[in-house]
Amino acid sequence: MKYQQEYRDPVAAQKLRQAIAGITTQPWTIMEVCGGQTHSIVKYGIDELLPPKVELVHGPGCPVCVTPLELIDRAIAIAARPEVIFCSFGDMLRVPGSKRDLFDVKAAGGDVRIVYSPLDCLKIAEQNPDRTVVFFAVGFETTSPPNAMAVMQAKRRGIKNFAVLVSHVLVPPAMRAILSSPTNRVQGFLGAGHVCAVMGYEEYEPLAQEFQIPIVVTGFEPLDLLEGIYRCVSMLEAGKVGVENPYARAVRREGNRPARQLVDEVFEVGDRKWRGIGTIPQSGLKLRPEFAEYDAETRFAVSQLEVLESDVCISGLILQGIRKPHECPAFGKTCTPERPLGATMVSSEGACAAYYNYGRYRGTTPVPV
Amino acid sequence: MCLAIPGKVVDLYREHDVLMGKVDFGGVAKRVCLEHTPEVQPGQYVIVHVGFALQVVDEEEAKQVFSFLEGMNELGELQTDQT
Repeated sequence: MKYQQEYRDPVAAQKLRQAIAGITTQPWTIMEVCGGQTHSIVKYGIDELLPPKVELVHGPGCPVCVTPLELIDRAIAIAARPEVIFCSFGDMLRVPGSKRDLFDVKAAGGDVRIVYSPLDCLKIAEQNPDRTVVFFAVGFETTSPPNAMAVMQAKRRGIKNFAVLVSHVLVPPAMRAILSSPTNRVQGFLGAGHVCAVMGYEEYEPLAQEFQIPIVVTGFEPLDLLEGIYRCVSMLEAGKVGVENPYARAVRREGNRPARQLVDEVFEVGDRKWRGIGTIPQSGLKLRPEFAEYDAETRFAVSQLEVLESDVCISGLILQGIRKPHECPAFGKTCTPERPLGATMVSSEGACAAYYNYGRYRGTTPVPV
Repeated sequence: MCLAIPGKVVDLYREHDVLMGKVDFGGVAKRVCLEHTPEVQPGQYVIVHVGFALQVVDEEEAKQVFSFLEGMNELGELQTDQT
């Protein structure tokens, strides 16, 4: 497949690997924010190709993983209602709530459906006028234009039996929270390539200056990741700060303007709670008042739910890059993808799922040169 | 949620006054919303996420990493000659 296969060329990957080894003179800690990148790194063993001095830590870029437990419980309560058709992306279905997950609701007879695109929900709503379709709008900035489009289209086409349960989070505030932590070890970032395809990278420039770090906008294929790491190490070795964009085939500095405008029309920024981390100010999106009729949280007022987190799960520490999955006592034993204790083991972008699925039971084993 | 893959736009049409397209992913075709990439033409590639095109692939920039590697190649040969 074009624009995919050629970025998986092993010969080119070896060259980039040698280039990174050739310029590394001191230890560096780099964080990749996006869960999709974590997954790709572990799948292709990118971190095992790096010189031991370069350490990659995994960030909180898994929107499924950071959706608060209260919201999962709320989704489950809404999905269990007989008049609701609950639609979601696949990996939300097995995220454990306090007592059960969405899959259990489906097994008990609830109408829970997996959709590929938010627009699919509008079709379902039109085909089922006597039911209310609720879509679990989970995601980072990447998914915000599609979700905004679904809400805008519902309004334009007069589709009233549709609502969204919003769990949208933003990357720059998360990076700021990590960099501001007194225990922070991250010296450079691999920026989330597809978030930047939508948002551009203008907002990262002041962040890079404020914290005096390099931020390299990086893609997802092996060559993209290796090139991103090479550029980041290169900047760190030279003491250079700022933003660079090797993923220019998909990212422009201003991002996608029409998409950003649509998101601005439908959503506004607000404080958000991140599971395992806590509330990060101005870190999420919520529907603007003029779209309040589409907000599932107000439409389905659910009474105060008592939440119960697993006392064994260390997802929060993993999402901040403080611990690695194999360092968790439950990893691979009481916590597996089939019986997950926390979201990082369930989501296709969670670090624990990546480590488990690609056999990283003892962490990173560097590949000899 | 950042999973997005490149696909080739095969044709364009409008549905509910929204620009849509048939996009080919190595043999599998899907209906994709192209409203956010209104200038795209059939034959061009787009990055697709949950049924929406986020950006048109810049074919010139796509070659960038390969020219960088070629440059390194030439440097590599230079070093071998000197040893």
